Amino acid sequence: MSQHELADIYMSMIGRRQFLKYAAMSGVGGLLAGSLAACGVTPFGSGPQTLVYWNLFGGGDGVRMITMQNDFQKANPNVDLRATTLAWGAPYYTKLAMAALGDSPPNVAIMHMSRMPTYADGGLLEPIDLNLLAQNGVTENDFLPAVWQRAIYNGTVYAIPLDTHPFVMYYNTDICKKAGLLDASGNLKPLQGTAALIDAFQRTQKVTGYLGLAVDTQDVTPWRMFYAMYNQLGGDILSPDGKSFVVNEAHAQQVLSFMRDLTQTYKVASPTIDYGGAVAAFASGKAGFFWQGEWEVTTFEGVIPFSMVPFPNVFGNLKTQADSHSFVIPHSSDPSQASNPLAYQFISFLLKDSLVWAKGGHIPAYLPVATSAAYKALKPQSNYAIDAQEAVLDPYAWFSGSGSDLENQAGAAFQQVLSGGMTPTQSLAQFKKSIQNFLNMPIPLPRPIE
Amino acid sequence: MSDTSIQQSIVQRGSRAEEVSTQRPSRFSPRWRNEAVGVGFVLPLLIVYVLFLLWPIVLGLRMSFFNWSLVGSGSGNFLGLANYQEALSDPNFWGALGNTLIFTVMSTPILVILSLFLAILVNRVRHVRWLFRIAFFAPYILPVSVMALIWSWLYEPGFGLLDGTFAQLGLPSVNWLTDTHVAMLSIVIATVWWTLGFDFVLYLAGLQQIPHEMYEAASLDGAGAWAKVWHITIPLLQRSTILIIILQVIASLQVFGQMYLLTGGGPNFTTRSVVEYIYDTGFTDFRVGYASAMSYLVFIVILVISVGQFWILSRQGRND
Repeated sequence: MSQHELADIYMSMIGRRQFLKYAAMSGVGGLLAGSLAACGVTPFGSGPQTLVYWNLFGGGDGVRMITMQNDFQKANPNVDLRATTLAWGAPYYTKLAMAALGDSPPNVAIMHMSRMPTYADGGLLEPIDLNLLAQNGVTENDFLPAVWQRAIYNGTVYAIPLDTHPFVMYYNTDICKKAGLLDASGNLKPLQGTAALIDAFQRTQKVTGYLGLAVDTQDVTPWRMFYAMYNQLGGDILSPDGKSFVVNEAHAQQVLSFMRDLTQTYKVASPTIDYGGAVAAFASGKAGFFWQGEWEVTTFEGVIPFSMVPFPNVFGNLKTQADSHSFVIPHSSDPSQASNPLAYQFISFLLKDSLVWAKGGHIPAYLPVATSAAYKALKPQSNYAIDAQEAVLDPYAWFSGSGSDLENQAGAAFQQVLSGGMTPTQSLAQFKKSIQNFLNMPIPLPRPIE
Repeated sequence: MSDTSIQQSIVQRGSRAEEVSTQRPSRFSPRWRNEAVGVGFVLPLLIVYVLFLLWPIVLGLRMSFFNWSLVGSGSGNFLGLANYQEALSDPNFWGALGNTLIFTVMSTPILVILSLFLAILVNRVRHVRWLFRIAFFAPYILPVSVMALIWSWLYEPGFGLLDGTFAQLGLPSVNWLTDTHVAMLSIVIATVWWTLGFDFVLYLAGLQQIPHEMYEAASLDGAGAWAKVWHITIPLLQRSTILIIILQVIASLQVFGQMYLLTGGGPNFTTRSVVEYIYDTGFTDFRVGYASAMSYLVFIVILVISVGQFWILSRQGRND
């Protein structure tokens, strides 16, 4: 094309400036009208056979969730399952809350049980239709009472538990054997109390030459570690209504002092290692023990010889920090949302298929799976299937729950004890101050929708 | 392409357009025609700009006077200036603002001096100059997520490139992202690597505008290489330097992405920038009213610093 031809085209466009102008205007106008119209109707759930499902599972959990979704899809080929995985933590919960308020929520969503009371309180969740659930063959009796109780807020069931995921202890069987910590059948001899634990960590540290215990000292893990042991001593962090700070200072100090002993006094754990570093240390045989939620089990399978036990009895019992993934029905003004049969069909199917889920480490909440021979044969996953009573969820408050500010603030304060930057007293004071700050804030949640 | 060659090509295109318009005279005056076309092209962007920038700015100002919740069903209660009062007495806000200022003070001088140094060096290179230009500019085109991923592996304790090399050299291990005293420096180092290219290119453009005759004249007067840099290059680059410092300070005061991705504001909030605190307050705590008030305070801080800086630097430029 020559320069002149190009110029002709250019000129003819300018000649039709009116057309161009109106075309531009109407184009944008059309876009606007379209987006406004889209706000009026729910963009999801266009047909009765469409099911929108949101979750926050990445990594191995994500793979197993997709396996379960595919199982459902195979069994129900006429359902258009639209599953979306979103970023874990605070961004997910912000999105979920806004979707419910924007009236375009998913039909089913995953929620950490520790977050449920806040969302139920804010009118962001639909009550669970127990009749519809029963029609799909799932009832309250399929769950341990302690697990089911967590799903109830103000007398109403708002969630269906999928699993419990406690903070547990992993141990390298080779290293522990060399350290003389295994019994005749090759299992870890029970470790009880601070002295026995430190002794075990010191002995394995001699074997590895690096760490006795690998534990993440950043992010949320210091909170999980603290909360497990604090609950063993007994006491709450917040009052049941989530409005005042009621920590038992003597107990908190005792736990923080033990945490400092691990990294500073006895140096059996690293004072600054992060999540990935702790996983890498245990996976490369440079630590005898590893503390974390059970979800890292598949990371070590086939990599090192290891097994798992519940979080040890440090201060008199086996209480540990935990949370629970559950299914919820987010609120919508569409009356069919609360009792969408497809949603219950989907939830029930996934519960019955949760042996797949259990392979990733989570303890299935659905008893027919949890008590099955197949689950019992799953090792080391079934080793730490503790009494549900022992698993303590984060306290209730609008700023609490999985990935919340309470966890971030506690993690930041207690991390300073592990790194040696603060004494237990200073760290507790920082934690107290930050929580008091949240308690003083106006609660930024909508009032329950009556 | 240097500025002069851009100008040349504009001149060429202009003359071609004139040629065309003499061939086919229009019924309308060319000026009116040009404006209509201009408005037509700008209008879509202008509408987006008003809808997604100007309107939210106004809305944010309104929110800042209310107990406005992200998940609330309405605007909440009118609070007057209470959100601003809360911010001014909130140690977390001041702490985060302090972190942002520390970051700005640490990163800006390094970026300005290092980019000038590299630009002068590369400008002297005779062969494969393009390679050096690309090498220093390339990191700038990476999205922040990619940059954060690269550096989180470089900083990985134990087996990361930095720590691994330190270990091989027998140096003590550094907790790049988990030590409260080191984390900010690590963020600055990663940021310098990432954004240096932009300042570098601005300086290169500035260097190419300096006439060669000046250096030749200086050489005839017996000036050495160092004297030429000090008395010709740096003074003549002053306009570039002013621009770079102002842009750099504004960008540094808005720092968020690399901190959010590399440290999440940790350890113990030592790298939480004020923008991250605003984000946390608005999107994790749902307190958009309070977050808006803090945004406006930060906006005022940035405005005051930028205007003050511009005033001081441009006065200085005129005096010279």
